[in-house]
Amino acid sequence: MTLAAPEPLADVYLPRPARVEEVTPLTDAEIFFRLRAEEPGMVHGLPGQFLEVTVPGIGEAPISISSSVTRRGHGGDDWTWEMVVRRAGNVTAAMHRLAPGDRIGLRGPFGTHFPVDSRETRGRDLLLIAGGLGLVPLRSAIQYVLDRRRDYGRVTILVGTRSPADRLFIGELAEWAEAPGVRVLETVDTASPDWDGHVGVITTLLPRVEVDNARTTAILCGPPIMYKFVLLELHKLGLPDARIWMSLERHMKCAVGKCGHCQINGRYACQDGPVYRYLDIARTPEAIG
Amino acid sequence: MIKHISEPELRAWVDSLLEGPPVYAPQARQGRFAFDRLRRSADLRLDYDVTILPPKKYFLPQQETLVRFTREGGFESAVEAEPFVLFGIHPYDLVAINQLDAIFARAPGDAHYLTRRHAATLVVLDVETVSEHHFAGGLGQATVDGNRDFDAMLTRLPDGSYVAEARTEKGRTLMDGLADAPDAGPESLAAREEVWIRNRKALRKHRLTMAPERIPELLADAHDHPIWEEKGALCYSCGACTLVCPTCYCFDVRDEWNPGLADGERVRTWDGCMFTQFAAVAGGHNFRKSRAARYRHRYFRKGKYVWDMIGEIACVGCGRCIGACTANIANPVEVYNRLQEDTP
Repeated sequence: MTLAAPEPLADVYLPRPARVEEVTPLTDAEIFFRLRAEEPGMVHGLPGQFLEVTVPGIGEAPISISSSVTRRGHGGDDWTWEMVVRRAGNVTAAMHRLAPGDRIGLRGPFGTHFPVDSRETRGRDLLLIAGGLGLVPLRSAIQYVLDRRRDYGRVTILVGTRSPADRLFIGELAEWAEAPGVRVLETVDTASPDWDGHVGVITTLLPRVEVDNARTTAILCGPPIMYKFVLLELHKLGLPDARIWMSLERHMKCAVGKCGHCQINGRYACQDGPVYRYLDIARTPEAIG
Repeated sequence: MIKHISEPELRAWVDSLLEGPPVYAPQARQGRFAFDRLRRSADLRLDYDVTILPPKKYFLPQQETLVRFTREGGFESAVEAEPFVLFGIHPYDLVAINQLDAIFARAPGDAHYLTRRHAATLVVLDVETVSEHHFAGGLGQATVDGNRDFDAMLTRLPDGSYVAEARTEKGRTLMDGLADAPDAGPESLAAREEVWIRNRKALRKHRLTMAPERIPELLADAHDHPIWEEKGALCYSCGACTLVCPTCYCFDVRDEWNPGLADGERVRTWDGCMFTQFAAVAGGHNFRKSRAARYRHRYFRKGKYVWDMIGEIACVGCGRCIGACTANIANPVEVYNRLQEDTP
């Protein structure tokens, strides 16, 4: 064993400066942000990847990219990212106090992405299933797919939310449903008096969609409990594990496969995840804990 | 370059080294031993059995600055290291350092670790006093094999003299002060060989009942073994086993303000998978909520996950965890032997 040649080695922990461009509350607990890099050199990243966002003096948190590279200027230095942040810990609480013009830091993008740019999805029907905040990263994939609509077959989008007050991207859901060959079905776990849509957990939507199991690739993004039940239903529909993709949430602290916080058995979710083909993790005991 | 030197010659050489870059070496501390900055050769304890903390602290310090920030959102890298000498590393601790070398060099490489590592000159020392918990012999790590990365090696012979061997250019430079000493002859080299043979046998205070390469295989089938629950039930989640471990490298990162709140530092500190919140995510879900799951994770990391990454068992047989564990559940030999017993 020999050590690699010394220096110059980039510091993978060094954030790059960025500014907050837009802050829009979506619900009581979630805020939509648009961030802009202040220096050239960063890339937008693909759907499913994440950035490490620094609020100076508070810390760093891994946040999913919610926008699609297809809506950003290619090749230029004008890079912006959209994300939705729920107030959960110190850093996200500090992000909720940010205003347009505030300076933050960004590292990334990191991790694997949803297979929107490969034979896994091109020419195939897509079944996109989002639970709760899972819609935030999945929105990046939906935008990507709709921007290259002709590359894919039928697109079915299932969205489950706890209650009507927690719904995200309400206007966009309606826009997506207008696109040719796209079906959007929504449900809430618990209705409010003004809700006249579907009520029930997300699996109750599955009997209402037509799935050609030989042509379909499913992409899931939601909490572990949703995966457990949705997988059961997808198996009933005859979808093979090799055609099911999902993003696993972990605390990616360093994002470079070192700190150990995001480890799923022997895997570092920040590097060989967070997006996995289900077949590759079906026998990994900690994957869907 | 292999020299044969007397104890007084060794002390004189070490004194000459103290005029150069900092030397860190084992010294007595309240009845035990610790690596610390060496001020005079008389403090050097080459007869130490095991140090409280492993020498990894010179590459992955308990606390280090990664990045300096300003309140306005300016960021500056804090990669920095001055040359230093790490003197008197036991072979098993060298193995651990070399494992960390491989892990921190894996893309994307960690400039903070690697810069410090390149600034170091490593002097290995063969074990003279066996500790009550050493079991490096059973893991094949009681002595240094030829493929390790270090600069010089020192062995105390039974007559009290030393064989000093330079292995790299850095090592030869360090041994400049021994240029006039006689080259080690066949007799002293044979005596050194005897020390190695003795140490491979002697560092077996706990006896592993299998070849170490069998451990990843045993673990592959042991996810649901009752031992995780049995031992885990006694665990205090104090993390002591991880903090004294030479191959543990998990860390936490947090921001700290300087007085005046105009700027501050992002610091990295040791962390460990045995702490209750280690695998918790925002919103409260904890992916390793039970003590058994955390206990199992630690042994899988040592015996399988690191193996999957770099092809080595991340237990080197130093025995520090055994001594550090208040609940008396941290003996890796006991765990792996039990899995061996229960595996048909």
